[in-house]
Amino acid sequence: MSPSASLLEVESLTVRLPIEGGMREVLHGVSLEIRPGESVGLVGESGSGKSMTARAIDRILPPGAAVSGQIRFGGRDVMSLGGADLKKFRGEVAMIFQDPRAHTNPVRRIGDFMTEALCTNQGVSKQDASRRAVALLKDVGIEDGERRLHQYPHELSGGLLQRVMIATALLTKPRLLLADEPTTALDVTTQAEVVGILDTLRSDLGLAMLFITHNLELAAAICDRTIVMYAGQVVEVRQSNRLHDEPLHPYTAALTAARPSIERTAPRLLAIAGRPLSAFEAPETECAFAPRCPYAQDVCRRARPSLVELDGGMTRCVRASDLVGHMELSAHG
Amino acid sequence: MAEPILEVKGLRKEFGPLVAVDDVSFSLPEGGSLAIVGESGSGKTTVAKMIVGLERPTAGVIRACGADRSLPPRSTRERRRRGREVQIVFQDPYTSLDPRQTGEATIDEVLRLHRGWDRDRRRERIKQLADLVGLDDRQMRALPRSLSGGQRQRVAIARALAAEPRVLILDESVAALDVSIQAQVLNLLADIHDETQVSYLCISHDLAVVRQLTQETVVMWRGRVVERGTTAQVLDDPQDDYTRRLRASVPRPGWKPPGHTVAPAAV
Repeated sequence: MSPSASLLEVESLTVRLPIEGGMREVLHGVSLEIRPGESVGLVGESGSGKSMTARAIDRILPPGAAVSGQIRFGGRDVMSLGGADLKKFRGEVAMIFQDPRAHTNPVRRIGDFMTEALCTNQGVSKQDASRRAVALLKDVGIEDGERRLHQYPHELSGGLLQRVMIATALLTKPRLLLADEPTTALDVTTQAEVVGILDTLRSDLGLAMLFITHNLELAAAICDRTIVMYAGQVVEVRQSNRLHDEPLHPYTAALTAARPSIERTAPRLLAIAGRPLSAFEAPETECAFAPRCPYAQDVCRRARPSLVELDGGMTRCVRASDLVGHMELSAHG
Repeated sequence: MAEPILEVKGLRKEFGPLVAVDDVSFSLPEGGSLAIVGESGSGKTTVAKMIVGLERPTAGVIRACGADRSLPPRSTRERRRRGREVQIVFQDPYTSLDPRQTGEATIDEVLRLHRGWDRDRRRERIKQLADLVGLDDRQMRALPRSLSGGQRQRVAIARALAAEPRVLILDESVAALDVSIQAQVLNLLADIHDETQVSYLCISHDLAVVRQLTQETVVMWRGRVVERGTTAQVLDDPQDDYTRRLRASVPRPGWKPPGHTVAPAAV
């Protein structure tokens, strides 16, 4: 990995939200970095804070959110951006969501939706914007773009609509793509196509990407590095090609082992006891995963571990150096 | 050979001009487990709905537990009997439970309706079912809104089992669950299968889940069965083009999406 300057730097990001009458911490000091052109996976179960991280980066947190820490994009402080600068920033950091139907207006045509940001924020003429939209639709494998621009969202299948979303995100020529579970709602064969398009376009354009998913293998397939989150904290950062066979954190190992295999039937899956903690339930005085961790000892319950470097990656586990290479990774022996 | 516990022959369903299910046949032996694999629009859920009586077949025969159920029931008694024989667990535990009913009350209602037991006996059975699916007293007395997705799905499974069905249809029942919870529920379903001799019809798009849970598989594509066999055969050596494409699309270690250009070796 070349030591080029970061495109995005997130440092000690802490987010508190008004939940059930009190301010609850939903992100506990998240730090991460993305270099220009790099694709980074952000993996975790529900409530782990992965979407919240992306929303904090794009400055679209729910009202009442209290944020501390640092977010820097291309050297600029994102938290202090306002007005025109914030709009410009959102053009450079584009977001793709899980459910394209929930993020399109059902009574507006695809064309109006796609070109809105270009026309209103960047002063591009309607005609120019449409021409660029058609060209990008072609890039995502939609040949009859002209016709699609006049259609409404309900006339397109989920896979097609998600391709439209990708093309829309690329229209403002972003430098970073925040993709929040962009293929989770799609069929497996459609997912493979959409991910293939995203992957190809991203590397052709030299675009950096934060790819949020609950699917470790999907992240590993298209991301250079993968970040694993649990209960509002980063617990592991690893080169994707080493994540499956050489995880650093017991949680990552447990996730790998819990998933059934398409290759063979396990006599019994290695389920993780208990349920995933929501971020705001994470204890401050011990490792958040300790209650479910098969390797937990007293030392794990004395303090919240910090993220430490190990074997080319990072892990938030005090026992990591003892455990690496000795954790159970499959129910198949 | 014994009569299958569930048998479907030449099943067809039309919605206006659309043929959603076209000449589908399969049989599920007693105590067996069969998967219907397919993606959206394959017709797999429509097949499940016809079996439980939520849709009426345009043509074809459905037999379960030795009785025909191709036509709507003619009496309440008949409808309840069908309900007792075949139960279903839906995909979304957030919409398939009554938001105003606790797990306990949900199961109690099924026991009252289908078994007609007195209160003590029902209470005892509720406790057994809660143990079977791994829910504690507090969770059983909670409303769905204060339960997690995995806990809700356990309530739904317990509710389905309360009727003591001979066939349990699992319609994407673990698809919405987190990986760690999904493994727990899959282990639970395997235990129940071993302990109760209930037969499973598992509707799923997830080939790994199908491999874990079923012995036989039927692959559906655009309303038709395109391939069938033992689950191991279908997944290890798929014959049909669509099954092959489906198999190849599943992310797994070392998998790359189509069109992925292999990056030059890292410097």
